[in-house]
Order: sequence, then C-alpha cells, then structure tokens
Amino acid sequence: MRFAVVVFPGSNSDVDAYYAASRVIGAEASLVWHKDSDLGNPDVVILPGGFAHGDYLRTGAIARFSPIMASVRSFAERGGAVLGICNGFQVLLEAGLLPGAMVRNRDIKFVSAQIRMRVEHTDTPFSAACQPGQVLRLPVAHGEGNYFAEPEVLQQLESRRQVVFRYVDANGGTTPEGNPNGSLNNIAGICNEARNVVGLMPHPERACESALGSDDGRMILESVSRALSMAGSGRG
Amino acid sequence: MRARVYVTLKPSVFDPQGRVVADALFSLGYHDVTDVRQGKFFDLELSDTDADGAKARVTEMAAKLLANPVIESYRVEVLA
Repeated sequence: MRFAVVVFPGSNSDVDAYYAASRVIGAEASLVWHKDSDLGNPDVVILPGGFAHGDYLRTGAIARFSPIMASVRSFAERGGAVLGICNGFQVLLEAGLLPGAMVRNRDIKFVSAQIRMRVEHTDTPFSAACQPGQVLRLPVAHGEGNYFAEPEVLQQLESRRQVVFRYVDANGGTTPEGNPNGSLNNIAGICNEARNVVGLMPHPERACESALGSDDGRMILESVSRALSMAGSGRG
Repeated sequence: MRARVYVTLKPSVFDPQGRVVADALFSLGYHDVTDVRQGKFFDLELSDTDADGAKARVTEMAAKLLANPVIESYRVEVLA
C-alpha cells in the first residue's frame, strides 16, 4: 500500500501524516510537492493539515489551484482514496471535491483540544476498520472548522449517509457542548457521494501512538488497508 | 482602470465576527445596533481600458477565486 502526502507551502502536518503512514502503519509513503503534477501512482492520497499558502483569502482557496490538485482530482474521479485532514479538508471543500464550506469557529477562537468523534458510517476507506457508533479521541487545532452547507445540501448529506464523523460529548450526545466549533449537525467529517473522498477536521495522524495521548487515529489510517484489501488488490 | 469587488457572507451564513463587533458596539453604548455583517473588498488595477470587458473579466475572477459561492456573495464595480 502506497501513500502520497501532498505538501503545500504552509502545510505543517505533512511530516506527521508521512510518519503515521510509513512508521506507524508501515506503508510506503512519499511527500509530493504541490507544484508537481505526478502523484507517483499511490493507493491513497492525503492532503495534510496546516495553513496552505498562509490561508490567505480563505482557507484552502489558493491551494485548490496548485498544479498537483488536477492530479488529485483525476485520482479521486477514478475512485482513488483521498483523505483531507483539517486544512486538507478545507482544500477539498474549496476544490468542490466535497460539498459545503468552512467558516470561522462559533466562538471566534482557535480551538486546540482533544475531542470525541463518533463514527457514523464504516463504508468509507477511512472508517472501514471502525465499529459503527465507535467514539474516537482525537485532537483538533483550527480557527475555521465551523462546517456550513445550505439546508438542502445538509439534508442530502444526511440522507445519503455522507456524514461519516460527528462530534459528541462525554455522554456520546451530539450536543453543542460536544461541538468544538459550531459545525452544523456536529459534523466533524464527511465523504463524497462515491464515498472514496473523505475530509475531517480532527487530526488522526497526530494521535497514532499512546505516547501522544491517544492512538485512536490509527483506526482511520488502518481503515485504508482494510478497505483496499476488501476491494481486492486496491488500484495496483 | 480600477475595479472593486465587494465580498460578503450570504445572509443564511452566521457571521461570528460580525456578531462580536455588534456586541462590542453594544458595550460601547450604541444600543441602536441590532446586527453587524463583516465583509471585505478587493481593489484591482487593470490594464484593460474597456469597462464592459473589464466588468466581465472581474466578475469571472470573483466567481473563480475572490469569493466562495457556497457561503459568499459578491458585487463588482468598475471605477474609472
């Protein structure tokens, strides 16, 4: 299994994702510069967290025009597994590979915290190793993770089971207290209609070893190997 | 030729920054302020000299990059 981690100017979780994929999961991994156009025939593409292009204009707004994004788009359209983490999620939204948009956090604060995230659906490449309803402890670190979509889009996301991850409180409830940023419907992560492109605000790659406070993030990355082996030999 | 593009959040999108500014104004005694929406504008210097052509080009730029149509509306003005 081969991961390609895209590096934008201003990415800061690229090496974390690379480390998690290569050292923790034991997969092949490579870092791909945003000005390149060749992803190198990977099985999985990760758009990492950070502040691509300084997040000027809007988060992810400039990054979506980076040359590598044309390859990411065609990889996604061919059914390749794409994961956008935090800023990577914002890039996928700006690129239109996922529906909706991010606005400033409800409380106007940059939120850096350990949150609880419930797995709603396990039929995506990044949740296949989880149990439905399983709650994962993961860190978030963002100023603009307040997910917004128009009511009809939101309704469609729910009815098509595209809300993959939801913020919950200590009792497992989707309450405002469990919601760190004001996201509609406590949305922490979604997938596209084809279910191969997933974006989430929490950072699984920063929670892959117990020394880091939680190793629940492994479930997200290990899901890919499970999903790919279930799909045969993946794309390779 | 210069063009100005105003970008604002759509009315359906909650504006946390505008809310904070409204609260601050209220604290300063401006109790007649019932809401604030914060936006931004871009001034573009253009080599174009045809106003109609410039407006069409800048509208395209606004839709493509300057605004995110999912959450924002925009308005283009061509200034002499």
